[in-house]
Amino acid sequence: MTAPILELRDVRTHFPVRGGFLARRDAGAVKAVDGVSLSLARGEVLGLVGESGCGKSTLARTIMQLVPTTGGAVILEGKNLTTGTDAEIEAVRRDLQMVFQDPYASLNPRMTVHDTIAEPLLVHRVCARADTTARVAELMTLVGLAPRFMQKYPHEFSGGQRQRIAIARALALNPKIIIADEPVSALDVSIQAQILNLLAQLVRRMGLSLIFIAHDLSVVKHISDRVAVMYLGKIVELGPASDVIERPRHPYTRALISAIPTPNPGRERTRKRIVLPGDPPSPINPPRGCAFHPRCPHAQERCQAAVPPLEKLEGSHEVACIRAEEIWQ
Amino acid sequence: MLLSVKDLRTYFHTRSGVYRAVDGVSFDLRRGETLGIVGESGSGKSVTCYSLMGLVPQPPGRIESGTAMFDGADLLHCAPRRLQAIRGKRISMIFQDPMTSLNPYLRISEQLIEPLLIHEKISRKAALARALEMLEAVGINDAAKRIHYHPHEFSGGMRQRVMIAMALITKPELLIADEPTTALDVTVQAQILELIKKMQHESGMAVIFITHDLGVVSGLCDRVQVMYAGRIVETADTRTLFYHPRHPYTIGLQRSIPSLQKKGGELFTIKGLPPDVSKPFRGCAFAERCEHAKPLCNEKDPQLAPVSPTHAQTCLRVQAGEI
Repeated sequence: MTAPILELRDVRTHFPVRGGFLARRDAGAVKAVDGVSLSLARGEVLGLVGESGCGKSTLARTIMQLVPTTGGAVILEGKNLTTGTDAEIEAVRRDLQMVFQDPYASLNPRMTVHDTIAEPLLVHRVCARADTTARVAELMTLVGLAPRFMQKYPHEFSGGQRQRIAIARALALNPKIIIADEPVSALDVSIQAQILNLLAQLVRRMGLSLIFIAHDLSVVKHISDRVAVMYLGKIVELGPASDVIERPRHPYTRALISAIPTPNPGRERTRKRIVLPGDPPSPINPPRGCAFHPRCPHAQERCQAAVPPLEKLEGSHEVACIRAEEIWQ
Repeated sequence: MLLSVKDLRTYFHTRSGVYRAVDGVSFDLRRGETLGIVGESGSGKSVTCYSLMGLVPQPPGRIESGTAMFDGADLLHCAPRRLQAIRGKRISMIFQDPMTSLNPYLRISEQLIEPLLIHEKISRKAALARALEMLEAVGINDAAKRIHYHPHEFSGGMRQRVMIAMALITKPELLIADEPTTALDVTVQAQILELIKKMQHESGMAVIFITHDLGVVSGLCDRVQVMYAGRIVETADTRTLFYHPRHPYTIGLQRSIPSLQKKGGELFTIKGLPPDVSKPFRGCAFAERCEHAKPLCNEKDPQLAPVSPTHAQTCLRVQAGEI
């Protein structure tokens, strides 16, 4: 394998929590991302899965350097972004672009499609003012929008079309990596498939790397080469998409997969579902040892002793559970 | 029959035209039955239920026609006092977003006993005891303490449990659930679906479950109806709908679910967009996106016709035996 385009080394993003009178007392920290190491190859699609509050969006924002990192390194093509100067980060941002969940909120309602897509071109001065319209038309065609709609405003488009505009804007600077944070969860089923096809096609055609964040495992399975499952700021399972989803090893991943209702009434009525008790715990005061142990059906006392490291099971399938081998028997 | 809806039409009269949100919907619901209403956003599934509950803002909304007989009373035309005696007591509703459907200023206890104080001759003390019992029944740990909390002290899943407790405290005969798990994580969704099943098993109430997720419907509902552009396009018992769907839209919707498709390949999509229901159209609303459409589809208004005693659909070409 060639050198990874992006590497995360023990990345931590903590948000301080202040309490007491005038918020002067330091009351700990929300450990939104707590020791994540990952690498992303060129042209690879990495799916990032987890429930709300597990830190997947914060991880995306950390990679983009939209929030300051507490520790660790984000290395893009050999450059450490966490120690870079503002000017360096600015230059690198071109290579990293993001698509957000809600296309109703992420587009400026007062800007036409043309202005929205042209803005990054003008900010980064990659395109002469006279050539922007041609480039915008090219980008619109690329994402399946007719260039004649260029002078329209976002409210004149449906949710799926708006997400296409957001994708066109993200592609404007020829990025190397796109981070898509729940890009289809606000869309209807029949439209979701259209956007997924578009993303898969762009990755293939333009050789992009994609980090695809979602809570819906069936969507992630379809588009991803590898999948990472997050729980309370840590990666608990990582491996090739088909391995993680068809042969999940971590008890959390297994519960997550079993909780997805399948559109198959015969199977749905007979299969045994693992229903996890309670809610994910607070990231301010995570449980000792393995953060999942209070909800885990297989927990033992030794699970509380230490945070389990992510260990290789077979091939490139990694799991952070000390009982992974036994449970599987 | 517990509920019988006939030819319901709810239109919204706005500046940009008349939106025919619900356009001639008829269905029946037996006691204890679970009916799923599936459709994409704008298909009229929520407006159908809002119309039954008298929750459509009028204006701009207007119920143009139809009847909804619930145990001898027409929900669409009966006197406000009579509707009030039914709504919240014999028919309850839970909503999509548990974050915004509880009053943030009131303790959970106040909100839970409100329906009891309105609908039953009961003392505050007795009502609180029932509320506590209900809160335990929906699986809130430490209910005796938590009943005095405010909504912000609960997580999303717990708030939805509180909403369910509130809806079921008057022992309704019909529960309308409008996307109750859409805002929740899958593991919490699994908990809430189990809870609804359990409560229904214990009380024998009927449930109308509105969702856009075909997966949720498959394990929960006895019967499913699929809506498109304000109309029911197919209705059947759950097994038939999933294993032998006939209407091209139902088939397309099912085929576009990623989990049912081969990994890596191009996903099946229904081309195009749902129609603008403010523009008049003739014939089948799905025709412009349908791969089987013939000129006839744009001329004749499709009607539900039975395929079998428990299965009906509107596609003209299926009815003609052509597909």
